[in-house]
Amino acid sequence: MITHSQTVVIPSFRLDCGVTLSPVPVAYEMYGEMNDNASNVILVEHAFTGDAHAAGISDADGKLGWWDRMIGPGKAFDTNRYCVICSNVLAGCRGTVGPASINPETGRPYAMSFPATTIGDMVRLQKELLDALGVERLLAVSGGSMGGMQVLEWAVSYPDRVLSAIPIASTGRHGAQQIAFNEVGRQAIMSDPDWNGGDYYGKNPPRRGLAVARMVGHITYMSDESMREKFGRRLREKASLEDEDSDVFEVESYLRHRGSQFVNRFDANSYLYITKAMDYYDLFASENLANLKESDTRFLLISYTSDWLYPSYQSLEIVNLLRSRNHDVAYVELNSNYGHDAFLVDVAQQTEVVHGFLASVNRNREARANRGPTVKEKVRR
Amino acid sequence: MSATTQTPVPGIAPSLLGREDYAIISALVPNGAKVLDVGCGEGELLHWLTENKGVEGRGIELESGKVHKAISKGLSVYQGDINAGLTAYPDGAFDVVVLSQTLQETQHPREVMAEMLRIGRKVVVTFPNFAHWSVRISLLLHGKAPTTKFLPYSWYNSPNIRVLSIADFEDLIAEENWHIENRIFLAGHRRVTRWPNLLADVAICLVTKR
Repeated sequence: MITHSQTVVIPSFRLDCGVTLSPVPVAYEMYGEMNDNASNVILVEHAFTGDAHAAGISDADGKLGWWDRMIGPGKAFDTNRYCVICSNVLAGCRGTVGPASINPETGRPYAMSFPATTIGDMVRLQKELLDALGVERLLAVSGGSMGGMQVLEWAVSYPDRVLSAIPIASTGRHGAQQIAFNEVGRQAIMSDPDWNGGDYYGKNPPRRGLAVARMVGHITYMSDESMREKFGRRLREKASLEDEDSDVFEVESYLRHRGSQFVNRFDANSYLYITKAMDYYDLFASENLANLKESDTRFLLISYTSDWLYPSYQSLEIVNLLRSRNHDVAYVELNSNYGHDAFLVDVAQQTEVVHGFLASVNRNREARANRGPTVKEKVRR
Repeated sequence: MSATTQTPVPGIAPSLLGREDYAIISALVPNGAKVLDVGCGEGELLHWLTENKGVEGRGIELESGKVHKAISKGLSVYQGDINAGLTAYPDGAFDVVVLSQTLQETQHPREVMAEMLRIGRKVVVTFPNFAHWSVRISLLLHGKAPTTKFLPYSWYNSPNIRVLSIADFEDLIAEENWHIENRIFLAGHRRVTRWPNLLADVAICLVTKR
């Protein structure tokens, strides 16, 4: 499947902080066919450093989508049946407006003058995108990690527009440890002299700082077991006499490699804005929680045994909040050694669970469309 | 609702998914009810009730592998243990709470019963009767912890940490001033109407608060 990134330009968009951006390009990709009444649409939310390219092979750079294991014909998000949309988040750097975009008022990149962004802003901008695409209701919203936060925000912001919500390996709010890791990443960037107060566009970007931030991040995405299996204490073999990476542990070499790769595709200021958006997100303190009262949204939460960045207890917090309000929620903690990355790489069980859950949501939707109210709705009246 | 008081054919009990107790439980659950199955396993009963009686089903199950299978069937099942699992629900959240063949495995059966009666208007409990005649004879003649069809385990690997009879259960109900609205007893495929505490190997009780 060759995929193509598209852009919708939202004329103007007001953020939680009160600032209005204009115009606002939003990059997105779409997989599978949208049906006539747009009732088969699934919105997929990317994680922190992800982008709109969730599946297939990009026609721009030939790369595979970040959730290609989950999205495609016959996969969990089956593009033979559903239409899957994924967009790059606000404040990102992969096609949607962010700090690296040109501010039309000054003709220069926004840099640190870009307005503070929230998870709520990201979700409201996605709603604008869906309005533009003519999608009224979503069969499902799903995503892992920060994607899961957006899923939750969708469920409380627009309960009438979300038939089902599937946050995976996620949380309703960051704890001190998660904020701490993000702060280490931010400090790594800001203490790089090349960061220059965020004003580095057209000059040397803070490559070293951003690479270190990514290295720290990568450690939190793995687990003790997965690192032991993947690297152990093995030393990297000398490729040549001049090889500066020689005589280092494989894990060091791996992290350096991932760090240096990352700086080619990610903007340091986006890193700062998006980590702040994550840190400030708090579902449990959200005024929008009240909207859930009349919600019929079905929830499926999945966590992973070895995920210590977003541990299961944080999913349970959400599950118990929903159960205490009598919402329809399924929850499973799947076994995996892959740590937080499990939702991206260890997808066999996740596929089965999501596939079955979606089929059931879709059956209920069809039954409702064909027969009027469901048994549950009749009982309520 | 008529389904709650309906009596299956005397003599041979009908079976559902190969189990007589399931057939009786399903007869005790009204159509369209909101049902919580506590210890639902892979969700066979819940799935049947959803498909055939239009119930709005929820489940609690501890084992990840079973929860994963249940959710894959489209069921809203929560992975967790019974005690922590019940407390999160608000009062009167369910029309019927089902606890099938699990009471004898719980650490705090009285608290579990109380919690189920808090969150459900009616509670269907099924449990093996440890005072069945075969158990009594086995203990009397052999002097060993008995193993039967419904109690197939040895003493050292049995999940059945609570040894109760039908008479014991009725005592608890009386002590707590709860009410058994309907009681059905089985011996294998047959229904038992006389001397259940001696002749029945399984009891199914519909319990409510007074």
